[in-house]
Amino acid sequence: MNAPVAQAALSLVNVDKRFPGVHALKDVSIDVRRGEVVGLIGENGAGKSTLMKILSGVYQPDRGDILIGGKRSRLASAADAARQGIGMVFQEQSLFPNLTIGENLYLGAETQFIRFGLMDWAALYDAARRQLDKVSLTVDPRMRADELDFASRQMVELAKALTLEEQAKGDLVILLDEPTSVLERAEIDILFGRVRALKSRASFIFVSHRLDEVLELSDRIYVMKDGAVVAELETADAEVGTLHRLMVGRSLQSEYYRESLQAPFRDEVIVEAAGLGLADRYRDIDFKLHAGEILGVAGVIGSGREELTRTLAGLAPHDCGRLVVNGREVRLATPAEAVDCGLGYVPRERRVEGLVLFLSVAANITLSALRDLTRYGFVDRREERRLAREWVDRLQVRTPGIDALCLNLSGGNQQKVVLAKWLTAKAKILILDHPTRGLDVGAKEEVYELARAVTRQGVAIILTSDTLDETIGLSHTVLVMRDGTITHRTDASPGGKPRQVDLIKHMV
Amino acid sequence: MSAASAISETSLKRRRSPRRRRFAAWAPVAVLIALCGVIAGLNPNFLTFGNVVRVSQAAMIPLVLGLGETFIVLMGSIDLSVEGVLTLAAVILSMLVLNGGNANDFGMLAVPAILILGAGVGFLSGLVHVMLKVPSFMATLGVWFMGVGAANALLGGMAIRINDPWIRALAIERFFGFPLGVWLALGCLGAALVIQNYTRLGRHIYALGGGEELAAFSGVAVARVRIAAFTLAGVFYAIGGVLAAAQLGLGNAQIGNGWLFTTITAVVVGGTSLSGGEGGVLQTLVGALIVVVLANGMVLLGVPSDVQIGVQGLLIIAAVGLSIDRKRARLVK
Repeated sequence: MNAPVAQAALSLVNVDKRFPGVHALKDVSIDVRRGEVVGLIGENGAGKSTLMKILSGVYQPDRGDILIGGKRSRLASAADAARQGIGMVFQEQSLFPNLTIGENLYLGAETQFIRFGLMDWAALYDAARRQLDKVSLTVDPRMRADELDFASRQMVELAKALTLEEQAKGDLVILLDEPTSVLERAEIDILFGRVRALKSRASFIFVSHRLDEVLELSDRIYVMKDGAVVAELETADAEVGTLHRLMVGRSLQSEYYRESLQAPFRDEVIVEAAGLGLADRYRDIDFKLHAGEILGVAGVIGSGREELTRTLAGLAPHDCGRLVVNGREVRLATPAEAVDCGLGYVPRERRVEGLVLFLSVAANITLSALRDLTRYGFVDRREERRLAREWVDRLQVRTPGIDALCLNLSGGNQQKVVLAKWLTAKAKILILDHPTRGLDVGAKEEVYELARAVTRQGVAIILTSDTLDETIGLSHTVLVMRDGTITHRTDASPGGKPRQVDLIKHMV
Repeated sequence: MSAASAISETSLKRRRSPRRRRFAAWAPVAVLIALCGVIAGLNPNFLTFGNVVRVSQAAMIPLVLGLGETFIVLMGSIDLSVEGVLTLAAVILSMLVLNGGNANDFGMLAVPAILILGAGVGFLSGLVHVMLKVPSFMATLGVWFMGVGAANALLGGMAIRINDPWIRALAIERFFGFPLGVWLALGCLGAALVIQNYTRLGRHIYALGGGEELAAFSGVAVARVRIAAFTLAGVFYAIGGVLAAAQLGLGNAQIGNGWLFTTITAVVVGGTSLSGGEGGVLQTLVGALIVVVLANGMVLLGVPSDVQIGVQGLLIIAAVGLSIDRKRARLVK
């Protein structure tokens, strides 16, 4: 156990947190010293967001202590955390678009401006003006938040966190949760400049996916993996490669991804993109997807890969270039058109976008294939149930029966139902959008096995994944995207898999 | 400092959508003016002082009811209990003041009692909605029928004539040519404006409409705000009940019929967004006037009454259809 540092503004000591089925934080200890920017990095699921939620009072730790200015404290709620000097700047849009900047700054803290039951607007806007001065933002606090660009909104968030200076006793610690993900480079420079200038007033915890930014801004860096802090480094001793190795941890275990089952893909091209683009999201995208191929798309947040995925799912139609599916040029304006073209979307929010939770397993499996099951306007119930049973068997969905509600299935089995739905609908292309998010290791392996099995039947897969590890392990071909364009493409056949570091240099 | 001015410059560049929003905010005013122009052109009687008074008289109840509903719609909820509260308020008022049914004569003391009653019923709606987590639509649907049912139980299908001179004065006595009830409604508008713009409750109602989870994270006591808003709305509906009883000169259990539709039309036609966060009580004033002027104009122009009802239905769908940002709304339930 690390002894808490004497001058720490904030310390977590041996904090532990479990959720059903997940050990989210394992004995985590970190210190934030006065006037310091602490970087916090880790892959998705490493426990960063759980940690942030504990610090912002949303979750309570199961074990361990939170020390604020050396004193043991409890953060009972977001408001309580704020009172104790912990402020937050979220990755995007935690301002109310329909309120003015001033109203946003003091929402929930208006009492100080109320005279005889009425709001003293002049006083509030005067105070707001002073807060904006702290971050050197020269906009009118009476402007509505939705009239600001993203960088200015981020500054307003920072100013909002700084209002705690007047309200909280003791040190101010500001959590910056992916604050740069919606900003452009010049805007990031401004934000970083402000953060550095504000170090005399507050300490910061900076969470980001962009390792170069973490190196640029932080004084010290904690690396998390699988719920534990695996390393603490002075920035001077760190570089991107080291950090990434620490984040990913284990060396590639090829059999985890069923590489021996990876069969070569066929010659037949199913999807072809040429010069594909969507304004402000991605541009000049060229690729060919063959039958039986898994095409992994790697990239950080903001690289455009998420939007590319959404385009193929019919959720964000492209506005330039060509997209050819099964030999026909298409523009997928709605999800229904994508389904008609044989594209099946397995979304990351499977509980919201992938399944109707209050319908049975059978109804979910046949949802997209109902047209084939309908005779004279009536659904052929017997055929529906036969199909459902067949897929439950083939994919080994663990369910009490085909009439069980999907609500009651585990995450891995829900994912199988989503896959069964598309296979029933005879989808030729599956878009796997973070297919193993939130699944435990065993369920992940089953999903990998399924992916191998369906590609052997000629189904093609476009994969965006939470981890680079998974992308490399599963894919035949990997595309790397950065700032909306493809920066690298590489073969990933078994035995010739690229190394993570080789891909990362094209990502950041 | 140069960096900061660079920010404010980009922020000026990206103002397109707010301009569209401002246009949308003024569109109902333009519709109202155009409507008045067309009707006045077809029938000059529209602009006579007598008709203007008639319009104001017809608008006072929809306005007061709409003020209450506005606060609810701003939160992104809906309140269907308008007629229930109005009916109960009107019936109990008629039983408390000097009347033809019993020996009571509490005079103007009855009015604060009725307002407290309205607050109580609104509080009940809010409580059911928040504590039992019943959707506002369902909670207030129930309260609507409970209100009408209670009024029926009290009267047993009878009507009670109101003989109290003060209550009757709301409809009859005039000040600068307009009935006192119209001035009362304007007073309510002023009060609603103050609540909307100068109280914490008003701010928090907008915040809830802008994003409820966000509001909770910002330390807004969401449950308390919701209950307070429903309570406030109940008070406005009760005032609407007083005005309705005064206008009719009696209280009966059918007195509320039709007001819910008019109220919601006034709110949405004025431009308050059904998804919450945008709009306000001034918009509702414009909306109430549009509804009333249209009805008045159709009478003046001799449009058959069944067609008039249909036109109101078209109006509400057109208003919502034109105001919804279909690009942003992905799912509609």
